[in-house]
Amino acid sequence: MKDTAKIVLTKAGPFLGLLVVIALFSIPNETREFFLTYHNFKTIFTQTVIVAIGALGMTMIIVSGGIDLSVGSSIALTSVVGALVIQAGWGTASAVAAMIFSGGFIGLLNGGAIAGLRMTPFIITLGSLGVARGMAKWLADSQTVNYEASPVNRWMTTADPFGYALPTGVWVALVLAVLTALILRNTVFGRHVFALGSNEATARLCGIPTTRLKVMIYALAGCFFGLAGLFQLSRLRQGDPTVAVGLELDIIAAVIIGGASLSGGVGTILGSMIGALIMAVLRNGSQQMGWPTYFQEIIIGLVIIIAVFVDRLRQGRQT
Amino acid sequence: MMADEASAALRLTGIKKSFGATRALRGVSLQIAPGEVHAIIGENGAGKSTLMKVLSGAHRPDEGTMELSGRPFAPDNPHDARLKGVAMIYQELNLAFHLTAQENILLGAESSSLGWVDRRASRERARAALAQLGHEQLDLDRPAGSFSIATQQVIEIARALLTNPKVLIMDEPTSSLTQADTERLFAAIARLRAQGVSIIYISHFLEECRRVADRYTVLKDGETVGTGDMAGVGLDHIVTLMTGREVKDLYPRVEHSAGAVVLSATAVASAPRLKPASFELRAGEIFGLAGLIGAGRTDLLRSLFGLDRRDAGDVVVVGASAAADSPRERWAQGVGFLSENRKEEGLMLTLSIADNLTLTKHAAFGRFGWIDGRKQRAVAQRWVDDLRVKCRDASQPIGQLSGGNQQKVAIARLLEHPARIFLLDEPTRGIDVGSKAQIYQLIGELAGAGKAVVVVSSYLPELLGLCDTIGVMCRGELSAIRPRAQWSEAEIMRVATGST
Repeated sequence: MKDTAKIVLTKAGPFLGLLVVIALFSIPNETREFFLTYHNFKTIFTQTVIVAIGALGMTMIIVSGGIDLSVGSSIALTSVVGALVIQAGWGTASAVAAMIFSGGFIGLLNGGAIAGLRMTPFIITLGSLGVARGMAKWLADSQTVNYEASPVNRWMTTADPFGYALPTGVWVALVLAVLTALILRNTVFGRHVFALGSNEATARLCGIPTTRLKVMIYALAGCFFGLAGLFQLSRLRQGDPTVAVGLELDIIAAVIIGGASLSGGVGTILGSMIGALIMAVLRNGSQQMGWPTYFQEIIIGLVIIIAVFVDRLRQGRQT
Repeated sequence: MMADEASAALRLTGIKKSFGATRALRGVSLQIAPGEVHAIIGENGAGKSTLMKVLSGAHRPDEGTMELSGRPFAPDNPHDARLKGVAMIYQELNLAFHLTAQENILLGAESSSLGWVDRRASRERARAALAQLGHEQLDLDRPAGSFSIATQQVIEIARALLTNPKVLIMDEPTSSLTQADTERLFAAIARLRAQGVSIIYISHFLEECRRVADRYTVLKDGETVGTGDMAGVGLDHIVTLMTGREVKDLYPRVEHSAGAVVLSATAVASAPRLKPASFELRAGEIFGLAGLIGAGRTDLLRSLFGLDRRDAGDVVVVGASAAADSPRERWAQGVGFLSENRKEEGLMLTLSIADNLTLTKHAAFGRFGWIDGRKQRAVAQRWVDDLRVKCRDASQPIGQLSGGNQQKVAIARLLEHPARIFLLDEPTRGIDVGSKAQIYQLIGELAGAGKAVVVVSSYLPELLGLCDTIGVMCRGELSAIRPRAQWSEAEIMRVATGST
């Protein structure tokens, strides 16, 4: 009985955190009227999409014991690629495919370098952070890439005529989250990701092809980052090579707030999604409270530290 | 040189120390005179390390007294022990490789004024310490990592000398040295002895102990079983003291007989730790590998399994293609490996029992890459019940289990795979007696079912009780393979310590 309560608390930790944050913003007079409304939450969900989809890929990478710092640059690069393809008149489907492909390609290079050269992911992706950003600016000629109307532009809008339907981006993020959670939990690939992050030596001993697995993880995560780039493009309606600077840190923070361990082997998709929501709710709430942006930054920074500390307390009590 | 009552540099009386139910030290007494080199001898697990940790302040004894130069000695921690006059040189080097030799020697004891390092004073002290060892020409400005292992050890000893210790403890100082370097170390020891420093010398190599030490103390099962002058004592006598023990009925014999050869290794080598080793393993055979820690037994197993690169030699698993030799392919050939390092390598502590147990064959639990979790847990639960693993259920994280139960799951991985050749590295290390007996039973049953088993163990009674054939390794060389009947503990120790 006591065990069950403990398990529930462990699993529901980030979720309780989310409820606390929502409750806090629902109480003050300034926000009471607007905060706890469907329309506001529709906005929050839409604002979460890019970080959430990035966090799907990042969860896989962090659970496997790695890290990827090049996500922000990848998102900028893929959104420029997408804008160029649309500008060239090749149609929506080719644009989407090109973005997923180019994201996956950057991941493939990252994973190949990490596994092949046996270098730490931190260094490799710190390097590709610069390379991808530079490539984006080069492709875009250091300007924004504009194009005429495209269906892509409608996928992140909150102002649709029916008012209640969630935008495409939210649905895509939801479906992908469910799919990724299932893959991580129930497939050979997913269990091997956990095994790799939990103990690489054991994984090797048990005959898991660790080199190939690492390349696959970064490539697949790269595809997710390409998709995040798609929704970045959809939101801005132009390809901007200077967008999403530092976004990788938001994404990593979401995964960590969600209970994943930077040393690998621990983490869930549900947790990461809630982590992404907690940050979006904090931003949204702070704005409604009329707090300046520097105040939001301080709060989110503190929340990361508190979340990990509370998580450690919980783990400590467990063993 | 006898340690006389009044002038002993160090005197230990009735030292006892327990960890939970394990009585590591059951009453050790020791007396060392100034300028005496005293060898502490014993098998793995005899209590040498615990005794040294008590002496160097890392552990506090439960009972007994220690005196240093006639005054009570009760160090709070290794730093305190060092300040009071007992310094220790560990088997593993503890150097900051990027810092210079001088900085390493003075680490934590820098000459300074107002926080600024006084380079001239530092240099003089480092030189003085090196001069004590006869190494005053050593380049103090080179990074420590750029020196040979032997010179790194000199730097480490020089650091210990800074506090003018009365007693210097050396734990297996020659385990990574060449013969020539060992000679140089002995010369340094002779100089220190002449300066009145007492040295406690721990080594598995009895010949070495006889050369360098004045007196010896033999530990067995945490007790002093003999002490005396080195001069005139036969190594046979010391070996008898170390091993005088009977094999009990802990090792149930399951009827089995050796069949056809299933694995043959020919001149398998991996420099510098493993010299060319050859042996044949038969179905239904339990083959034991004896030797001291660092003798190359683990290196041999890892080379066979493809975990470590091998420089030369062939491993043929009968019925499989010869080219394949990565761990992945070894599992496919029916070869299973149990790591000696349960926590660092053997298991994934954050994952469930079921995941740990089925990691080598996840694909077998579903179709198209999707794992049937229920089936996986059911299989794991069956092993949990069979082997009486104490746990909540098969989905509990394995890190929450006791060592013995973790080890049962680690072995169950090989059983479930299923392997036909079992490479078991220290299968009973650090687990309770009940689980040990169960694992011995299991190994016997495996041989009875026609599986081939290789057991590496540092515990001789275990090897003698369990194995059909035993090979002994010494300094990377697999020198003697004989049927069990031709071995005794004394004989194994003689070959393992390179005594002649």
